[in-house]
Amino acid sequence: MILTEFKPLKEILEKLGEEKKIFIMGCGGCPEGADTGGKKVLSDFKEKLEKEGKTVTGILEIDFLCQKALIRSRIKPRSEEIKNSDSVLVFSCGLGVQATSSILDKICHPALNTTTFGGITGMWQGTERCDTCGNCILDQTGGICPYTACPKKLENGACAGQSNDKCETDLERDCGWVLIYNNLKRIGKLDRLEKFIPPRDYAKLLPTADLRKTRLWALDEEEIL
Amino acid sequence: MTAEPMEKSKFEKTLDSGKFAVTCEIGPPKGAEDEEIKETAQHLKNVADGINVTDLQSSVMRLGSLTTCHLLKQMGLEPIFQVTCRDRNRLALQSDLISAYVLGIRNVLALTGDYTTIGDHPQAEPVFDLDSVQLLWAIKKLEEGYDLAGKELTRKPSFFKGAVVNPGADTEASYELQIIKMKKKIAQGAQFFQTQAIFDAEVFKKFMERIDEENIKVPVLAGIILLKSERMANYMNKFVPGVFVPEPIVKKMEGTEDKVSMCIEIASELIEAVKPYCAGVHIQALGWEKHIPAAIKSLK
Repeated sequence: MILTEFKPLKEILEKLGEEKKIFIMGCGGCPEGADTGGKKVLSDFKEKLEKEGKTVTGILEIDFLCQKALIRSRIKPRSEEIKNSDSVLVFSCGLGVQATSSILDKICHPALNTTTFGGITGMWQGTERCDTCGNCILDQTGGICPYTACPKKLENGACAGQSNDKCETDLERDCGWVLIYNNLKRIGKLDRLEKFIPPRDYAKLLPTADLRKTRLWALDEEEIL
Repeated sequence: MTAEPMEKSKFEKTLDSGKFAVTCEIGPPKGAEDEEIKETAQHLKNVADGINVTDLQSSVMRLGSLTTCHLLKQMGLEPIFQVTCRDRNRLALQSDLISAYVLGIRNVLALTGDYTTIGDHPQAEPVFDLDSVQLLWAIKKLEEGYDLAGKELTRKPSFFKGAVVNPGADTEASYELQIIKMKKKIAQGAQFFQTQAIFDAEVFKKFMERIDEENIKVPVLAGIILLKSERMANYMNKFVPGVFVPEPIVKKMEGTEDKVSMCIEIASELIEAVKPYCAGVHIQALGWEKHIPAAIKSLK
């Protein structure tokens, strides 16, 4: 179970900025257990956004947003709604935001911060992707996490160490910032890279005891025969 | 808060005057001594408008940049304090910056830093709490009289702030990323740039034309490495990220016994070729400091 918490509404509205038409995507996996997802959460959030003058073009909940094949098949019937949206707001851990960003031609804003891995990890298991750092900025970086994709954890762009788009630490490893550049170029949003990103809040890397527990925490305390 | 007169640094005044500037570099020794620094400084004394002091260059543990800058200052020279983000978190970086100011050091060069695993302590924790753009932002905050936590300083420092850029990035994506980041650095207060070492004047010229198109007006100093041998060229081509020595230059070096004369010839030609496009040169002599005067003879 991957644990997530809501980003403050104010931060989400700042991220959405001038974008008016928002498509909501939710993960039916871990967020359901962490009370940061599910039908009610998503429809409540739709109301909040509408109160702020936004139009919600649609809501789509998918069992596992970290499962790319599943996303591909489920977005097909909703492609018009997505196409007519300015951006997508994603209720999932960092893996889900990265999976949706890699498939859609839109900026995908994280609505949640990923705080810990709690129990088992999600389904996008091929490579390291989410640092569970509680500071999600995936919408600024083309849906690719600069904390896991770049060994120097650079937030404001590449260093000068790459050669042939590979990383100075390992010539087999893609430069994370080149990946970020390429994905933002693909969706025509390179201007995202111009914005200054302040240093991350490392205090959030130390989640409170409460944030480390799922609603199933009591099971760990019981003597189960 | 005490009001401080914001006197410009000597190096900033040089660039302001429009004089073609020369900066050089000192890499502190791996040991508790200062003889080598003093010797190198003597060679640079009448040559350099500013002397960069590297900050554990190539991620190798050495004498510190701040201490070495202080020694240079005591010798009446103009140090440029290189600060990387690799080894210190935001508390230590801010503390070292105000320490530098108190020691009279006015020029700072903000860098990300090489990764730890390329150096001699590959097991060390790579810090990178801030990146180079955020470091410039932090300096700006300190100059406004506040630290990154928003707490007021009893006295505010003031610096002449520089950054680096690589004109020779080898792919479209990495090239564009350099331009984007250069603009971000300027937005956060970078007042001059020193470039990664170049060997191809044409590449540098194209880069300067591009930043001109971007309407970037910040002075740029072209990075020049004194090439000592073909072996060094091949080594850099293979192992030094972002540096490329073209084949004709490698061949020139191969074809001569007199490496020193060839080194001076290559550097002088390069300096002549880039001169019309930039505000100065940053020369990395890597032990051959005594040959710098010959390499820059045409500037006098």
